[in-house]
Amino acid sequence: MFSQRGYKFLLKDKGRFIHYLILKCSKQYMMDLRILIGLCFFGLIGCGSSPENKRSEEVADSVIAEAAEVETASMLDFPVYDFDAITTLLNKKNDTTYIVNFWATWCKPCVEELPNFEKTFAEQKNNKVELILVSLDMRSMWQKRLVPFVEKNDLKGSVVILDDPKMNEWIPKVDQQWSGGIPATLIYNSSKRSFFEQSMTYEELNLELRKFIN
Amino acid sequence: MKIFKTLTLFSVVFFLAALTTNPDVAEGYAIGDNATDFSLKNIDGKMVSLSDYETAKGFLIIFTCNTCPYAVAYEDRIIALHDKYAANGVPVIAINPNNPSVKPGDSFDEMKKRASEKGFAFPYLFDEDQTVFPKYGATRTPHVFLLEKTEKGNTVRYIGAIDDNYQDASQVEDKYVENAVDAMLAGKDIEVTTTRAIGCSIKV
Repeated sequence: MFSQRGYKFLLKDKGRFIHYLILKCSKQYMMDLRILIGLCFFGLIGCGSSPENKRSEEVADSVIAEAAEVETASMLDFPVYDFDAITTLLNKKNDTTYIVNFWATWCKPCVEELPNFEKTFAEQKNNKVELILVSLDMRSMWQKRLVPFVEKNDLKGSVVILDDPKMNEWIPKVDQQWSGGIPATLIYNSSKRSFFEQSMTYEELNLELRKFIN
Repeated sequence: MKIFKTLTLFSVVFFLAALTTNPDVAEGYAIGDNATDFSLKNIDGKMVSLSDYETAKGFLIIFTCNTCPYAVAYEDRIIALHDKYAANGVPVIAINPNNPSVKPGDSFDEMKKRASEKGFAFPYLFDEDQTVFPKYGATRTPHVFLLEKTEKGNTVRYIGAIDDNYQDASQVEDKYVENAVDAMLAGKDIEVTTTRAIGCSIKV
């Protein structure tokens, strides 16, 4: 699923060169290109010696690097969703309570509150609590900032990327009251939901979470 | 059964009442309110007020900054809005609401640099005391308030995002601000008067 989406994204928005290629290519040709990029990518992994960041720095402008960037994200389990696709994550009906935090690496208060969420998740995951960290980082930041950030901070929550510019359409679908500020957090289970357009301390988060799990 | 029906009816009424009376707790302007004037320092050191613009028909007050990735993504479009509408009497007035001690990249000196790099032809004001953005109810950057100069004052006509695609100006389908200004200048009703967008929270 990801690689499909990632590939589309690669075709649609990355460098003009690719765009040009796509315009010129027949379907068969596109398939060949895909295989070629895939092979190049596996070739890169095969080396396995150069550190990831260094690798993307070194070849940042080449087609191979673009493919590698996208695929590396997939290896790190960051699914990329548009809002329609992420809707199921916001509406699961089971016995689990979901904490869905909307954040971005460029958002200072988001980054500051993340440890509260990670700590709470570590303590509560045996109580059927899941943490979903919905990154709103921009495409240009996925590889440069998001991936290193998640690695460095060893985030245990499930990081997903919400990549959907039609904000005015999807923001109210998360919560009618949301003006669009982040950090913002949705806590929900099969019977109720609460939404907070604010930073949350460890105490605030636990106070709200207890209303769901007790 | 009748009791049940009555109870249901009551609960529906209460529920609706709760919905409709839910107060707009956020401070700031709603569409149709009159916006306050201000006197804020421009990057050239001079103070700027709305009342300085005697012939203006309205204003695009845009709370923005140097550092927010969304604000940066919209910089060129803000410049284009000014180019397009200043001559029609609706200039852009950009205001940086951020506290530079929290966000050093948004200091007055950095504002000057950014404005000269990008060649801002509009004022780029510093809300140094952070008193103006709360009155407007700006919560993020960039956040646009379209004002129309009327006999009663500067009336708020549109609040929200510039358009519906921050990522790519060429993929924009709804130019919210342009549509609003065009309708306002034509004396028509503005179709979409408020929009939401993810933005960077204002640093206080």
